Amino acid sequence: MKIAIPIDEKSLKANVCVSFGRAPYFLFYNTVTKESYYLDNTAVASQGGAGIRAAQVIADHGVKALLTPRCGENAEKVLSDAEVLVYKSISGTAQENIDAFIGEQLNLLNDFHAGFHGHRGN
Amino acid sequence: MRIAVLSGKGGTGKTLVSVNLAAIAKASTYIDCDVEEPNGHLFFKPEGVQEEEISVKIPKVDNELCNGCRKCVDFCKFNALAYIKNKLIVFDDVCHSCGGCILVCPERALTEKEKVIGKVQKGVSGEVTVWTGILNTGEATGIPIIQKLLAEDNPQGDQLIFIDCPPGSACIVMESIKDADYCVLVAEPTLFGVHNLNMVYELVKLFNRPFGVVLNKCLEEDNPAEKFCLEKNIKILGRIPFDNELGTLNSNAEIAVDKNEKYRELFSSLFDTVIKEVHHETITNS
Amino acid sequence: MKQLLILSGKGGTGKTTIASAFIKLSDAESYADCDVDAPNLHLIAGWNSQPKKTDYYGLPKAEINLELCIECDQCRQNCRFDAIIAYSYYKVDPFACEGCGVCEYVCPVKAITLKPAVAGELMLYSDEEKVFSTAQLKMGSGTSGMLVTEVKKQMKSAAADSEMAIIDGSPGIGCPVIASLSGVDMVLIVAEPSISGISDMERIINTAAKFGTKTAVCINKYNTNIKNTEKIEKFCENQGLPFIGRIPFDSKAVNAINNGQTIVDIDCTSGKAVKEVYHKTINLLFEKGDG
Repeated sequence: MKIAIPIDEKSLKANVCVSFGRAPYFLFYNTVTKESYYLDNTAVASQGGAGIRAAQVIADHGVKALLTPRCGENAEKVLSDAEVLVYKSISGTAQENIDAFIGEQLNLLNDFHAGFHGHRGN
Repeated sequence: MRIAVLSGKGGTGKTLVSVNLAAIAKASTYIDCDVEEPNGHLFFKPEGVQEEEISVKIPKVDNELCNGCRKCVDFCKFNALAYIKNKLIVFDDVCHSCGGCILVCPERALTEKEKVIGKVQKGVSGEVTVWTGILNTGEATGIPIIQKLLAEDNPQGDQLIFIDCPPGSACIVMESIKDADYCVLVAEPTLFGVHNLNMVYELVKLFNRPFGVVLNKCLEEDNPAEKFCLEKNIKILGRIPFDNELGTLNSNAEIAVDKNEKYRELFSSLFDTVIKEVHHETITNS
Repeated sequence: MKQLLILSGKGGTGKTTIASAFIKLSDAESYADCDVDAPNLHLIAGWNSQPKKTDYYGLPKAEINLELCIECDQCRQNCRFDAIIAYSYYKVDPFACEGCGVCEYVCPVKAITLKPAVAGELMLYSDEEKVFSTAQLKMGSGTSGMLVTEVKKQMKSAAADSEMAIIDGSPGIGCPVIASLSGVDMVLIVAEPSISGISDMERIINTAAKFGTKTAVCINKYNTNIKNTEKIEKFCENQGLPFIGRIPFDSKAVNAINNGQTIVDIDCTSGKAVKEVYHKTINLLFEKGDG
């Protein structure tokens, strides 16, 4: 399955980024083929709604699970409509998180912070 | 005649000054533009209050007509739209109501609906007409509410209108002073107060509004705000001394000029000076 | 890094006065001023060096190329923000423009483009021990929320290994406050015992509650109105909010501030009281078993 991780640098050894919407890059990883690629996050320069845009990109790439330390309500709405599961990442590198995910050690994220401009879309 | 009362900093006495000046004047209007934290109504306790909701336009989609081209998603500079599993999602609270998505949609699948962001209240307190703007918590901008407040009042000849502005110098303050005939800047005698007085000083100059300063909470010691005014050759309209009793009245949301002859005189005198200045400025500028 | 944010709802309650005292008492390694509309903390933070300055780009603004403009008026008619004015030529009001791109889209001759616009300036003071992040929003700019986020980001990247950060917030309940609330571990609300202050305090508590952040309340200038002080304490009890303490109004505080000092740099009643409030706040901030 394809998973995604917000990341600080383009490397499996890089740390997971503290923010989802404003992460500089996204890592896309295929747990079966072990192939990976990176994308620059175009949402970074946005005035607002960065999480929404980032979530749209994640959904468009056919991701089934997102590993992230935090996620906003608005992004969560997009991801849940797209049937992407959101897991709470552990502190550490992307590789450590991938291994934890495959080892079924990660929990689903269940606290989504309020969007900076309010609540869920409809 | 529109008189805006502002200060760069919160807590300097905008509401104290605007409320008491409106109370002293005969038959005036008081407009509270501090829509995030409106306080004037607590002093006036207006009666016969009528309310009107303020809303902005938000897009809504007819999914039958939508062909999934995503031109709207790509256009939106605020990322208020997402397209997932053949459905368009609209994020009301992120939307800036620019109307762009509706224009770009090739299928006319987008139309507009109203979203309430706050309200405007109108009431009466003695001879003062009291307008209050209230922004709902969680909403990003109060500008549409201020626009309504300032469009609503119809100056009947020389009717005096006192505008209690929000603190700071951001766009909501600009909106409040845009069409003011005169600006009263309230300053407190502290280091922070002067720094922020300078900000609104720049603002009123930028907007070319005639203005003067009221020094509030004056103590015996050196007043950095007074020094600033003297250095910049700014008209000092009056000085309100630091006064425990005035502070207490204010903290209990009581209108000082109604409670004590001493304050009635103080604000009367300030009022006369302000009116004189306003007329002087309008004659000079016409 | 544990982040403590100091908010008030109403302006002038003493956020910066108290934040600066906290910073002094904790010998804070990292702190920030998120009141980007009217930053004050730098006036008593006591830095002698120049900060590193970075331009902050806010909303792009529309610009009309007069050589291409055919004055068809489509831009002005479609602008929802009254940002296009027809003088003897067509001009964009940079204060009203929100960078939505509608005018650029409707212009039949491509005379309008959105250009990046400087909306403020970020400043970072740092030495081997401390980091202080602040910013000034340009007059009339509307994108304070994002600048606040930049201020916090700047602080965190410069001082990632600090144990604690103290953030001086802005008044109000709008965008900049919401942005400053994101990701903080605790909010200390400085309340003023006036009717206005209570009303504003309730609105800010309401705003902070939406984030589910640990919140505590203290009262500044409490002796200016004991009745209202008691009202606030009762309110906190009813809401289950920790009430951290009372700080008296103190004329010596004004002198200290005007001399560029904090209230714990001189011997005064407010300084003594703020020390107690500080200790209780820190205990609550680092309390285990939250989450």
